[in-house]
Amino acid sequence: MTTVVPVEKKVLHENQRIAGELRKRFEEQHVLCLNLISAPGSGKTTLLEKTLNCFQKNEKVALLTGDLQTENDARRLAVYGFPVQQIVTGSVCHLDGKMIERALEKWELAALDLLLIENVGNLVCPSSYDLGEAAKIVLLSVTEGEDKPLKYPSIFVKSDVMVITKIDLLPYVSLNLERMKANARQVHPGIEIIELSCKTGDGLDVWLAWLERRRDSVRERLLCARS
Amino acid sequence: MHEVGIASEILRVGQIEAARRPGARLIAVSVRIGVLAGVDSDALRFAWEVLSQPTEGVAPRLDIEVVPRRNRCEVCSMEFFSDMLGEDCPACSSRNSRLLGGDELQLASVEVEE
Ligand SMILES: Nc1nc2c(ncn2[C@@H]2O[C@H](COP(=O)(O)OP(=O)(O)O)[C@@H](O)[C@H]2O)c(=O)[nH]1
Ligand SMILES: [Mg+2]
Ligand SMILES: [Zn+2]
Repeated sequence: MTTVVPVEKKVLHENQRIAGELRKRFEEQHVLCLNLISAPGSGKTTLLEKTLNCFQKNEKVALLTGDLQTENDARRLAVYGFPVQQIVTGSVCHLDGKMIERALEKWELAALDLLLIENVGNLVCPSSYDLGEAAKIVLLSVTEGEDKPLKYPSIFVKSDVMVITKIDLLPYVSLNLERMKANARQVHPGIEIIELSCKTGDGLDVWLAWLERRRDSVRERLLCARS
Repeated sequence: MHEVGIASEILRVGQIEAARRPGARLIAVSVRIGVLAGVDSDALRFAWEVLSQPTEGVAPRLDIEVVPRRNRCEVCSMEFFSDMLGEDCPACSSRNSRLLGGDELQLASVEVEE
């Protein structure tokens, strides 16, 4: 005799459980955690370098960077003097909650207020794995074409912000920038859009201001918790 | 290509659920996959075929139900289904809607032989 047994569980409920615990810890310790996602080469590491370069040395920021192989990105980021760990995933095309949990064993979360995670270069798989972050940020460079939000809608739907990178290259590519933005807004009407170039520095102030706003809201919660 | 990881997780959870009923054999696992889950059904089926082969007997079936994108209009609160890219509200034509569903990756049920 065969029986159908209802289960109704998330397939990735184990990852979801870990991500939920991480999110709770980030909230309790007042750490803003951001998950940066893009195709390989869109400029995640470069944007992080520029960001760290603008920070005071006493900023309580730490970084995790994921790649299939090599410690290159961690080396690039370590130059700025903030704690960095490379997560080498081997053959896994995304970071998952367990990897973050394991990496955080080496750090005192209470000593941080910003954790920046660079995911493995991939526009598809990272969108399925919650890392406990406060927000996902998707980067898309002007050389990748305006249709990507329509081809990879999941990540654009789940990201609070789309950062359009490498706008210094606009004169050299036949990209319809307005169409790219319209495509992102079609799949996610509320998505915020920031355009910048890490080469010329154009738009970096807008990115830093966005970051500061998100950090302010965490600081406000901290003040409320103390008073 | 994370469908291999997803397929093995479906199989693992399916086997755990089946094992709750002593002596039962897993016949099938049913999953609901939203169009925005970032999981390709064909790649998942292929991964399943490879992973689910038992050392003896028949491999369990994988039943996939694809779930459309569900939206709620921010202007008039109308709830409506659309394709994965989203659509204007059918009632008031507003572009401004919020995602309600269509990104799920849910194990709905297991079928066991007892
Ligand atoms: N022209 C230009 N090149 C950039 C910009 N940002 C990054 N790049 C280059 O794009 C390549 C990939 O950048 P990287 O940060 O390693 O990308 P990741 O794989 O997303 O981490 C590198 O050669 C960078 O120098 C930019 O704003 N303008
Ligand atoms: Mg990188
Ligand atoms: Zn409406």
